[in-house]
Amino acid sequence: MDNNLIDQARNQLLSPAGIEQSDVDHLIGRLMGSDVDLGELFFQHQRHESWSLEDGIVKDGAFSVDKGVGVRAVAGEKTGFAYAEDIMLPSLTAATEAARSITRQGQSGRLPTPFRLDVPARYGADDPISSLDDAAKVAILNQVDAEARAQDPRVKEVNVRLAASHESVLVIASDGTLAADVRPLVRLDVSVIVEENGRRERGSAGAGGRYDLQRLTGGDQPGALAREAVRTALVNLSAEDAPAGPMTVVLGPGWPGVLLHEAVGHGLEGDFNRKGASAFSNRVGEQVASSLCTVVDDGTLDGRRGSLTIDDEGTQTQATVLIEEGILRGYMQDKQNARLMGVSATGNGRRQSYAHAPMPRMTNTFMRPGNHDPEEIIASVDDGIYAVNFGGGQVDITSGRFVFSATEAYRIHRGRIGAPIRGATLIGNGPEVMTRISMVGNDLELDRGVGVCGKDGQSVPVGVGQPSLKIDEVVVGGTSTG
Amino acid sequence: MTNQLPDLRTGEQRLRGLVGDILTEAKKQGADAAEVSVSEDVGFGVTVRMRELESVEFNHDRGFGITVYFGQRKGSASTSDSSTEAIRETVRAAANIARHTQEDPAAGLADADRMATDLRDLDLYHPWSVDADEARELALTCEDAGLEHDPRIRNSDGASVSTQQSCRVYGNSHGFIGSYLGSRHSLSCVLIATDDAGMQRDYWYSTSRVPGRLEAAKAVGLEAARRTVARLSPRRVRTGTFPVLFSAQTAGGIAGHLLGAISGGALYRKASFLLDSLGEKVAADHLTLAEDPHLLQGLGSATFDGEGVATTPKAFIDRGVVSSYLLSSYSARKLGMATTGNAGGVYNLTVSGRTVPASGLLSELGTGLLVTDLMGQGVNAVTGDYSRGAAGFWVENGEIAHPVDEITIASNLKDMLNRVVCLGDDLDTRGNIRSPSMLIEQMTLAGS
Repeated sequence: MDNNLIDQARNQLLSPAGIEQSDVDHLIGRLMGSDVDLGELFFQHQRHESWSLEDGIVKDGAFSVDKGVGVRAVAGEKTGFAYAEDIMLPSLTAATEAARSITRQGQSGRLPTPFRLDVPARYGADDPISSLDDAAKVAILNQVDAEARAQDPRVKEVNVRLAASHESVLVIASDGTLAADVRPLVRLDVSVIVEENGRRERGSAGAGGRYDLQRLTGGDQPGALAREAVRTALVNLSAEDAPAGPMTVVLGPGWPGVLLHEAVGHGLEGDFNRKGASAFSNRVGEQVASSLCTVVDDGTLDGRRGSLTIDDEGTQTQATVLIEEGILRGYMQDKQNARLMGVSATGNGRRQSYAHAPMPRMTNTFMRPGNHDPEEIIASVDDGIYAVNFGGGQVDITSGRFVFSATEAYRIHRGRIGAPIRGATLIGNGPEVMTRISMVGNDLELDRGVGVCGKDGQSVPVGVGQPSLKIDEVVVGGTSTG
Repeated sequence: MTNQLPDLRTGEQRLRGLVGDILTEAKKQGADAAEVSVSEDVGFGVTVRMRELESVEFNHDRGFGITVYFGQRKGSASTSDSSTEAIRETVRAAANIARHTQEDPAAGLADADRMATDLRDLDLYHPWSVDADEARELALTCEDAGLEHDPRIRNSDGASVSTQQSCRVYGNSHGFIGSYLGSRHSLSCVLIATDDAGMQRDYWYSTSRVPGRLEAAKAVGLEAARRTVARLSPRRVRTGTFPVLFSAQTAGGIAGHLLGAISGGALYRKASFLLDSLGEKVAADHLTLAEDPHLLQGLGSATFDGEGVATTPKAFIDRGVVSSYLLSSYSARKLGMATTGNAGGVYNLTVSGRTVPASGLLSELGTGLLVTDLMGQGVNAVTGDYSRGAAGFWVENGEIAHPVDEITIASNLKDMLNRVVCLGDDLDTRGNIRSPSMLIEQMTLAGS
């Protein structure tokens, strides 16, 4: 890690309150009861700004500042956690006393010498909020609105939102961790409603990542998002009822990778597997997917929404092969679960904010490309559906059952893409569906950068991706049984 | 391991004072109007798993949000810091934004004559004197009852006890200020059962503003165990159209979709399948959805809404007909109507209608699906298209035949609402939307 980043974070987070290294050492010492494996302080400062347009006017904007410290003591499987909403010594001390309540009271432990990580940053440290002036932000929203409305007279409503945040974190822990990160995050979302003969449909598009607003809104990106939102809405205007029952499904590249996020991603998070609660528990080394499938979680991709230079425990992120040619290779780990399972942390310890305890979470999860041209995959299907866009998904990691909801899909008849069909939920069992993947495309794409993943009430930004792929059978939840 | 929570009563006056200070600062910075929300939440949760303490988490959140109006232009800002300097900077940030937003004819505070004047005490604040040690014992009792219930329950995702207190203050430049203290406590248990066909999980929970009204810890653990074991060895069912009975726990979601469709924001954005539905019949002629904001100890109770407007008991759906939209003053202005006192949503909404004793619901269903769990977000608010993952039980001639899993149920909400045959007498009162079981004449099931 760039030493300047650590000094910068200290200056921003600790110096204003007059907190010295000796204070931090004392607090961590207080956390270290005799049975404690890890004592940790997580300092965070975050600024967020958003602008929104509807009815053709930029009618609202919001700005927020949040800062605080999360204090954690980990003893075996036990966690004590508390936080302070200001970075001041008295509240920090109170949070420390609360967090150590799980430990056997004893003397303070001895601290190792902190080590500084030397990690290449995955993104720039500059503040994206000030990367464009406010008038320019307003102009971009108006430009997207105009572009969407110019596409088609059937466009009746346009909503646009531009958001940017800038976050500094400093992690200091009893295992010697001293790490800092400065994280930009931006996104632009467009949603339209089209109407024809009394029928209305919605379409949306969005993009974002860990960079500044110049890059997000440069080139033709705002216009392209406006056109994409209108296109999907118009497709759905002519959609027919979706079929009901088991079918062959071809998924398009990119965002449909939400399949992997739900079908295998959550089930491969370390905490569920340490507890034996996942359909993938105790299956490392076994075949859990067709041999065409290699699935990776990679937090190191430049500028991606799910990327991190370090995770929220100060561990450097990495590319972790979860499934290699169908064989389960390992899980995503934070420090606590890695220690309990006797493996290394994988840089997947993430938290929504200082007010939440970290746990194993995905970063960017995707499938590596295969050999088939996407056209070849579609041509191989006699009767099925081709789904290219999805809303959200959900999984029950214990049974392996998962759903994800198509928002743009088409029938396939005799190897050709046919009429669009109404949105439908697809349901399957993760380990079963993964073994039914029979063709993988050579067209790997990552999503445009709008994913939000929820777990135990905590939201974090993530990325997904995949090449086109064919699943021989999955249940499609339409209304048409004919 | 003791840690008593502070009593928020002592902080309420301070937070009311803070609202005044922030409004004064907004005026000083030239705002024509302003509104401020301040909140403080404090509590902790204890989780045990496999008869051992797993986590103790303390929370204490403070923060305020301000919206300023310069003429018809608006800006908002929020922070967790309430120092004098932070107040000044936050107001400045909101004012900066308002310099760049565009004139919105509908922007502004709710009308002054709609501010609530009857700010009666709704008995919402009942702090729990439990400490972390006692909470752990309670959670252990809860989980143990579940683990002991059946040998097939070999794993657990834990039992938790949580206690929360909150203070909310809202004030605006009309001179309105209102505050209320609230508490909420809960007890929950998630268990995992295993048989030859694999693992299943399920849960149960109890929640109340009053500690003494929580279900007994053993009862929560036992119910979680019963529900979990009942799901073992599920099967898919054949694809086709069948009647569907939503359990009380899942039926509230359908009421939620209906309320979303008659909410001002969805209506003025034309993002609803029930546009121009006021006075129209949209549901079975026995179905009524009404709110009772002044219910004592109610989880959704309030005397004023999110912009200080008095809340009033009323029906949104009266025997199948839309009798009121859910409007804030902003969405009301966009629609040329008056606010209904629903900025922030509904307050203790109850679903009622033709009722059958819960014991008779399966025979009313006949042969079809009893849904006890729904998955995914497959509801299109614009078209009403509904397609979600479901789990539950297959019912043959009024008798439960076997658990069902990995299927979808699909229809359109307009059809579903008109095909509500009857309700059970088993109202689930654990949330802001209180629904009994709901039998729907027909939906499409996709399975094998």
